[in-house]
Amino acid sequence: MSAAGRSRFAGLLWVSPWLVGLCVFFLAPMGLGAYYSMTNYSMLEPPLWVGLDNYTSLLKDDVFKQAVLNTIIYAAFVIPLSVVLALAIAGLLDVDSRLSRLVRVLVFTPTVVPLVASAMIWLWLFNGDHGLINAFLHMIGISGPNWLGERGFAMGALVIMALWSIGQPVVIYLAALQDVPRELYEAGQLDGMGPIRRFVHVAMPSIAPAVFFNVIIQTITAWQVFAAPYIMTEGGPDRSTYFYSHYLYDNAFLFQRMGYASAMAWVQLMLIAVCILAIYAVTRKLWSTDT
Amino acid sequence: MSLRGPNPAARVTRSLLMLVVAIIFAMPLVWMAATSIKPESQAMSQGLSLLPDPVTSAPSQAMENYEAVLEDPTVDFPLYMRNTIVVVALGVFGCVISSVVVAYGLARVPMPGRKPLIVITIGTMLIPFPVLMAPLFMLYAKLGWIGTFLPLYAQFWLGNAFSIFLLHQFFKSLPKELDEAASIDGCSHWQTFRHIALPLSRNALAVVVLLHFTYMWNDFLAPLVFIVDREQFTLMLGLQLYQSKAGQTPWNLLMAASTMTVLPVLVVFVLTNRLFTRSSLSGSVKG
Repeated sequence: MSAAGRSRFAGLLWVSPWLVGLCVFFLAPMGLGAYYSMTNYSMLEPPLWVGLDNYTSLLKDDVFKQAVLNTIIYAAFVIPLSVVLALAIAGLLDVDSRLSRLVRVLVFTPTVVPLVASAMIWLWLFNGDHGLINAFLHMIGISGPNWLGERGFAMGALVIMALWSIGQPVVIYLAALQDVPRELYEAGQLDGMGPIRRFVHVAMPSIAPAVFFNVIIQTITAWQVFAAPYIMTEGGPDRSTYFYSHYLYDNAFLFQRMGYASAMAWVQLMLIAVCILAIYAVTRKLWSTDT
Repeated sequence: MSLRGPNPAARVTRSLLMLVVAIIFAMPLVWMAATSIKPESQAMSQGLSLLPDPVTSAPSQAMENYEAVLEDPTVDFPLYMRNTIVVVALGVFGCVISSVVVAYGLARVPMPGRKPLIVITIGTMLIPFPVLMAPLFMLYAKLGWIGTFLPLYAQFWLGNAFSIFLLHQFFKSLPKELDEAASIDGCSHWQTFRHIALPLSRNALAVVVLLHFTYMWNDFLAPLVFIVDREQFTLMLGLQLYQSKAGQTPWNLLMAASTMTVLPVLVVFVLTNRLFTRSSLSGSVKG
């Protein structure tokens, strides 16, 4: 073997742990999942081949449809709201002052708080009778709802809670804003643009890629939202906060329908891929009409 | 600086708005801590006060609440704390050791299929855990790992995609002259890595340790799926058990338990927040 050939193999030696890891912890489960998705399998008896039955049953499953719809509704609120809110906060914090640096840390802090603890905190804040949010609403003369116990409000509460942890996009937008050439702002100012118009026309073009990146990440996150509704509402009331990953979890570990859950996992992957492609197509269209 | 208003009034408005944002984002954690040092009756009353009444009772009330949590007969928090520390330590250690070697190899050692491997590595970061959890459970059951801690940390001993990605970015940024000089001096790849690249990567490794520590400490779904034995619960499972156990858990005690699970991450974050915010950027720099 030539020296070059040997060094090629030497390279593979370096990455060999990860190659094994990829095979055992990603490829194998995905392959297993594809196989089990075509079986009925309760883990107690051997899997029974049923072909595509699980996939066709999904199409007829009303709970599945509801879980998909709930997830889409949740994403449709969380993603646009968090883009707007994170951009607004980033714009606000785009100054060099001690206060701004302190607020940046405070805005980022919720992203390191464990989801289970966040769920406990917001369970308490949203408590209908003793919660801080209703106490505050009461002070300004509004009688607050029983947030987590009413349709619509429960979804709203989860959206508000999700918006609390937008520190990551804020930091990313802040960095993108700092790359905007200062002269452009000054030119805009000379042209008589107000701060908001300057933000939209001068800053937006350079932070658009960061927005695109965040929307993709948040889309993936929305499809896996689990801990907060699982703990805070248990999917209720009336399954109004029953999300995709929660139903998948219940199928796998509560109803012992591993085959059905595996089919759901593959469909979830497809749905995420479709969402990403759709976002990509829309962004490209906007881009090409913009410039 | 860029958007600073032309006049002092605008500057004051901006500062006030920043204060409002600060209060809103800090409020939930402040309220958690405040509730955790109140007696139950005061936690339930609608007052907005942050301290118990009388204020001097705060230390003794805090002691009482936190002791009640730690000594709860059904939820063994000290045990769950030990379990969590063991699992996180094993996971973070394995993750760092393996990821740094793999990342260096990807960035610096020639090999066939390097580009596709990088793409696949980034691709796995886009696969949500719920997609994998059912087949992984069956796999771990076959391996006889259910009933042990192995499902929570073993995979990280073979690398972690995000850590590999971060370290790969770092090693790629080192100047080429470094290995050229080293190889002229007769250093093998391993020697270059061991004596030159590794010492330089101390900061990057610190970031990986921090992020992986936070990720594992906070994780709920993997322990929920793979840990079946109450003796092996992690803190997050314990906290959920504490909230959902029979008989309402008083809010002041639930907040005390939450504070205890949050505190370690929060302390680490406060001490290192600059590393954290900077690292959340590295994910966004592509192409």
